[in-house]
Amino acid sequence: MAKRIDVSDLNVYYGQFKAVEGVTMTVEPRSVTAFIGPSGCGKSTFLRTLNRMHEVIPGGRVEGKVLLDDQDLYASDVDPVAVRRTIGMVFQRPNPFPTMSIYDNVAAGLRLNGVKGRKKLDEVVEKSLRGANLWNEVKDRLNKPGAGLSGGQQQRLCIARAIAVEPQVLLMDEPCSALDPISTLAIEDLINDLKSQYTIVIVTHNMQQAARVSDRTAFFNLAATGKPGKLVEIDDTHRIFNNPSVKATEDYISGRFG
Amino acid sequence: MSTITGVTAADETPTPTSGSPLGGDAAGTGRLGDRLFGGLATGAGGLVVALVTLIGVFLLWQAIPALAHNEASFLTSREWSVGGDHPRFGIVELLWTTVASSLIAMALAVPVGVGVALFITQYAPRWLSRPAASLVDLLAAVPSIVYGLWGVLTFRAAVRPVEDFLQSKLGWFPLFAKTGISGGTIFFIGIVLAIMVLPIVTALSREVFAQTPVAHKEGALALGATRWEMIRTSVLPFGRPGVISASMLALGRALGETIAVTFIVSTLSPGNPWSWSLFNGGETFASRIANNAAEFDSPQKTGAFIAAGLVLFVLTFVVNAIARIVIERRKAFTE
Repeated sequence: MAKRIDVSDLNVYYGQFKAVEGVTMTVEPRSVTAFIGPSGCGKSTFLRTLNRMHEVIPGGRVEGKVLLDDQDLYASDVDPVAVRRTIGMVFQRPNPFPTMSIYDNVAAGLRLNGVKGRKKLDEVVEKSLRGANLWNEVKDRLNKPGAGLSGGQQQRLCIARAIAVEPQVLLMDEPCSALDPISTLAIEDLINDLKSQYTIVIVTHNMQQAARVSDRTAFFNLAATGKPGKLVEIDDTHRIFNNPSVKATEDYISGRFG
Repeated sequence: MSTITGVTAADETPTPTSGSPLGGDAAGTGRLGDRLFGGLATGAGGLVVALVTLIGVFLLWQAIPALAHNEASFLTSREWSVGGDHPRFGIVELLWTTVASSLIAMALAVPVGVGVALFITQYAPRWLSRPAASLVDLLAAVPSIVYGLWGVLTFRAAVRPVEDFLQSKLGWFPLFAKTGISGGTIFFIGIVLAIMVLPIVTALSREVFAQTPVAHKEGALALGATRWEMIRTSVLPFGRPGVISASMLALGRALGETIAVTFIVSTLSPGNPWSWSLFNGGETFASRIANNAAEFDSPQKTGAFIAAGLVLFVLTFVVNAIARIVIERRKAFTE
């Protein structure tokens, strides 16, 4: 069910401000692609264009093409709501629905899709929580509020919620930046497990993390504050970290700036 | 920020302590400023408690002698003759009119108010939401006597066809039975009260809806929620306690509203046959007291009216207590 993403010549705007310019890249199915780069370089902004979450922000718009296999996500007959049902997203801070139980959080996406049968829901909730390595920790308290879990558990709950609807692609926007090292490790292991089934794109500020979890890495940079961010290069992760073809990438990775 | 651990400063969010919110902490230094401000704050808190207690005691003190002389059942009688040696008075009609008109007001104002608040915060384009919010606030500033005047002189005619329609179609149902009264019916008072409390419901609901964390809304949207589904899964649950508080505040206002109701209401003559119909006239606690303010010439009479006021006091108290309980029970799910 994993699909390929082809982006060509994408410009991203906030109102008049061009935040990201001229991105062209391919994201392979069943792989992990990491976006790295200094703050403000537009990697999160770009990530959000891949499931049309960017346009939720007033003034947010894009130019260019994003193809999911052969379907242009920005074609005029495509419903952004349908896009977001196919391409799931996990955010920087865990955001389980605070008024819902653990069970209801995972079932939320299915219920939005009109699934009502208790048996089907039970099944998917268990499968998703197992998929997110959370089942054993929460199986005895599925009816307790999701907000009562630890930060790392909450983030895995959000991942369970995202995979419950069986998306084609999973986008993760710095999913570990609000977590402690142990929870971070748990999420990274999970990403490793998930990539056999999903196309995963992850934004991270943590280069070790990019090196650990990703197959391919894209380096974004911006010329100066107020200028649009650009994709500098995208390549196999071990090449980016050991032998990048652009000098700026090497400078960033070796800590000479950023 | 540490790029090694992936932990950022954003992680250090203080968690709420489970201790009593009233409990002091060890931050007090015993310096003059601390003691002074601490004393003032404690004093202000104590003052409120004292005021409520004193008002309650005052009402009881004045009401008890009158109640002791009452020869009718205070809670179930409709009579109201408080002069003379054999006072007979009861509050059932006042209670019914007050509660029924306020409930009608709630039934109309809460859904509309929540709808307006959702429109302003979630649907309206930015250039419209600010003026719309100000307009609603302006509605809250209209003096109640103006509502009363407008209700009697203009709005009355607009509601009459609705009343006639309901009476002719649903007259078989006791609540909508025909009464022949056309003027300040309970139904009409309810509608005017609804308009008066609408801004309260709207303003407070708007405030809480606007505070819905973006993370919750985006969480819903990223799952493929439509705007309405996003509102249902994140905005409404987040705003629920606020909407309940707003409704209770509005209900308190509706229960106690005096001038507009006094102005509009069709007082029933003592011999008038009683019915449960919403198209009956009647008086609320507040309007009965206001209408008879000139009569407060003996402790006996005054006491009877104060007893009625006491019931209103208890009623609003209970309403607030229920609101508290409802909010508390949901607390585990609102972090």
